[in-house]
Amino acid sequence: MDRETILAELKKVMAPYTENKEKLAAITEETDLIKDLNINSSNLVDIIIDAETKYNVEIDMESSERMIRVGGAIDVIQEKLNKTA
Amino acid sequence: MKRRVVVTGMGVVSSVGNSVPEFLQAIRNGTSGIRFIPAYKEHKFNCQVSGNPDFELDMLRDYITETSLYGLKVKGIAYGIKASIDAWTMAGNPIESEKPSWDTGCIFGGSVADGQMIRNVINRVEANESRKLGSRIVEQFMNSGVTSYISGRLGLGNRVVSTSAACATGAQAILMGYEYIKFGTAKRMVVGSTEYVDSYMFGAFDSMRVLARSYNDSPERASRPMSATANGFVPGSGAGALILEDLDYALDRNAVIYAEILGGNTNSGGQRNGGTMTAPSSEGVIKCIQDAIADARVDADSIDLVSGHLTATMADKLEIKNWVTALGRSGAEFPLINSLKSMIGHCLSGAGSIEAVAAILQLVHDFAHPNINLEDPNPEIADLIGLENMPTAIVKKEINIVAKANFGFGDVNSCLILSKYRP
Repeated sequence: MDRETILAELKKVMAPYTENKEKLAAITEETDLIKDLNINSSNLVDIIIDAETKYNVEIDMESSERMIRVGGAIDVIQEKLNKTA
Repeated sequence: MKRRVVVTGMGVVSSVGNSVPEFLQAIRNGTSGIRFIPAYKEHKFNCQVSGNPDFELDMLRDYITETSLYGLKVKGIAYGIKASIDAWTMAGNPIESEKPSWDTGCIFGGSVADGQMIRNVINRVEANESRKLGSRIVEQFMNSGVTSYISGRLGLGNRVVSTSAACATGAQAILMGYEYIKFGTAKRMVVGSTEYVDSYMFGAFDSMRVLARSYNDSPERASRPMSATANGFVPGSGAGALILEDLDYALDRNAVIYAEILGGNTNSGGQRNGGTMTAPSSEGVIKCIQDAIADARVDADSIDLVSGHLTATMADKLEIKNWVTALGRSGAEFPLINSLKSMIGHCLSGAGSIEAVAAILQLVHDFAHPNINLEDPNPEIADLIGLENMPTAIVKKEINIVAKANFGFGDVNSCLILSKYRP
């Protein structure tokens, strides 16, 4: 799955957790979930759980620490998808 | 100098309305909010009726942030948020605030987190899937959930306390808020209580054989306080909230003042001398009412209306006897008395605060709401306090002082003395 597709899908996954809809619409791989989208740090867990369900993968603690930026989240999801493929 | 404590806002969620205007109209008209619940029949409960608010979580869309609403599952918390924020808005306060309000706190009570939510957690953990629970469970699992949502939304920085005292919870929370202001700890308090009766709590009460079991075919007739055919209470859900304020603070900001809390008391009969886990000791009840009246510095003869606990069980008669002794008034000399539970059932921890909202509305609008389903008054009760004091239709007359009491499991009592505000 290409990075642009995952980024578009991540927008939907993150939508319930940010009030800042304009910034969400304009995210790039550099976007920081906490600093730029004002997502509550405890909600990162929920985003990870939702991503796990969506892609049917398991994201371990170590990988989840790399999901602070959108690009990092895409890296992790791609890696996990490739593993299961 | 004794500080005066006034009420500047009210909010309510109930089976007869989720706003103060709807609720006011319903209690004037004697509307029943009790309905048949098909699931209770399937559960083989003896009592298959209940008073549930017509409420969807989506109603909170303009109350809390979208991210906060997403993931909110516990109805008792949602009821408390709605009632509190409605009260806050009615008091003329903006919801958004940059800084914490250090002089404003919150005391909100409840019984237990929603059993249905807890069941989902249990199922996940037992299926070894706890990692899927996410970040929003703990805050709603805890009894402090409702206060933490309210205080967070409104930016409250004074005392934030979550309480629980069974059916005495609501009146007790209001009293505690009153005391914080009276003693100068806070200038303003958001106070109240909430209850969502899930099937599990309902089933447990049903098993005690204390619920109304004979009116499943005519739910609106099921809750019958002081009636000869009362045979148990009808559980209900909902929340009530008040904004209490130091009088000077309220006057400084030109707030509309709806009523004054003159005083109150909360105590326990100690589960001695007839008091048990489930039954109140008359001695404790009488002392609570008398101490409340003394705290308020009023004469028992000046009470115009008693808003009773009166759940529609065998205990109604004992409660009436206790009021007669505590007030030193009987027969024609007894004040008007009513029970909101005839319309919305018994909202347990939520009862005292919803009934306090009703009491204040009766003070503001000068009426005593009807006791519905009292076409066959218990003759022993009528003998004690006079039929004319047990209205079955709205009584329009000047109401200056109301005594509002609730008595709960654990032999805990709470009594508030509420009054019209006079400058």
